[in-house]
Amino acid sequence: MENHSIQVKGLQKSYKNLHVVKGVDFEVEKGSIFALLGSNGAGKTTIVRILSTLLKPDSGSASVNSYDVVSDPENVRGSISLTGQFAAVDEILTGRENLIMIARLHHLKQPRQVADDLLQRFGLSEAADRRASTYSGGMRRRLDIAMSLIGKPEIIFLDEPTTGLDPEARIEVWKIVNELADSGTTVFLTTQYLEEAEQLADKIAILHEGRIIASGTLQELKKLFPPAKVEYVEKQPSLEEIFLTIINKKEEKAI
Amino acid sequence: MSTHFFSDMGVMVGRSMRHISRSLDTIITVTITPIALLLLFVYVFGGAIKTGADNYVNYLMPGILLIAIASGISYTAYRLFLDKSKGIFERFHSMPIARSTVLWGHVLTSLVSNALSVVIIILVALIMGFRSSAGVLSWLAVAGILVLFTLALTWIAAIAGLSAKSVDGVSAFSYPLIFLPFISSAFVPTKSMPSVVRAFAENQPVTSIVESIRALLANQPVGNEIWIALAWCAGIMLVAYFFAMKVYKARV
Repeated sequence: MENHSIQVKGLQKSYKNLHVVKGVDFEVEKGSIFALLGSNGAGKTTIVRILSTLLKPDSGSASVNSYDVVSDPENVRGSISLTGQFAAVDEILTGRENLIMIARLHHLKQPRQVADDLLQRFGLSEAADRRASTYSGGMRRRLDIAMSLIGKPEIIFLDEPTTGLDPEARIEVWKIVNELADSGTTVFLTTQYLEEAEQLADKIAILHEGRIIASGTLQELKKLFPPAKVEYVEKQPSLEEIFLTIINKKEEKAI
Repeated sequence: MSTHFFSDMGVMVGRSMRHISRSLDTIITVTITPIALLLLFVYVFGGAIKTGADNYVNYLMPGILLIAIASGISYTAYRLFLDKSKGIFERFHSMPIARSTVLWGHVLTSLVSNALSVVIIILVALIMGFRSSAGVLSWLAVAGILVLFTLALTWIAAIAGLSAKSVDGVSAFSYPLIFLPFISSAFVPTKSMPSVVRAFAENQPVTSIVESIRALLANQPVGNEIWIALAWCAGIMLVAYFFAMKVYKARV
């Protein structure tokens, strides 16, 4: 059995004259969290779209769960799920209906039960019968990820899962991602936030202008830089820490 | 994969039906303009229009229904645009399902919602004195023409919805379609028009469709007109389908 969930070799893709992905190689180990880090326009989404069979590469090869994305897209689609950049939920349907719809499309035996379990797990039970259009950004993203978990995919693609979320919702998503990896799912995640890659990823690849310029574990990447100097600096709380502390205090009081 | 076509289609149809039942306001919006035109032409302009028919509501009916469908399909384009821009297509396409069902779900939504608007308008017209001596077969033929017309326009809407960059762009395409019945025999006989306009009016698709439906509803022989009407509908549908699929494959 292969120990790699995703293998990419010499991947290239252009849109007309725009060369977006210029020869990318990487491998993702089973059950790990892999972060593709890069700024906007680096080519992250293009790579995700190729790996999830939405787009064909110009050259190079890519296999997902040891199925080739070009010659065997059906089996790739059966192994993965994609959570795109925008929460792809049907806003006219309720949260529950969204989940049931996806469960039916996976031909599961008890779509209602699957939906109920996920609503419970993602803290959406109370909002289950409200239309998704009334959900907050964080709730929408949670529903979106819940929809992606239906059918127990072996590999999950999360394309910038926390872009546009507030700090609390971001931490919730991080928790979900960690739980997924703990349960053996391979997580392929793209992000433009350094902190996110640092917090979550077992392995990080830095994509810049269509090429991977560095990759490895956080420790390995740190070694690329001169050894850290020891300086004593008073630890100031970051605004995020302050914000979260205040919010938590409020919630405690409310309870 | 094809073994799941029908169950996947069932899910997409279920989704469509919920969309329709939860956005009945869109159906009301679609019916308002045709009903207003109906009132305006019957009670304001109608008295001065000499059609040769004794009941002007009957004369007007086919054109009004076509206008309703032409404005109804702008919502089809809108729904497609939303699914494309919100990533719903991407989600479905990265799943192991029969991909074609995603688009056909929209086509079906279009057919059902337009059928609802047509029924509402016919009910209003009945109150205003619309009467038909047509039998079941003729009504079925009328329904068939309207379904074909809706399909033809739906695929045009698909091109617009899938290739539009903004919401405004999505709805703009339907204005010329709504306007086309005015330059046809839908409101007045073409005889009164100047020769150039008349030549256009008599040879554009709406006139043949209107004339066929009018003849069917009045229980008159339809003659060759119905074949011209069907040819127009089928032709537009095939061409639009071809281009819509091209856009669909390129954009989605």
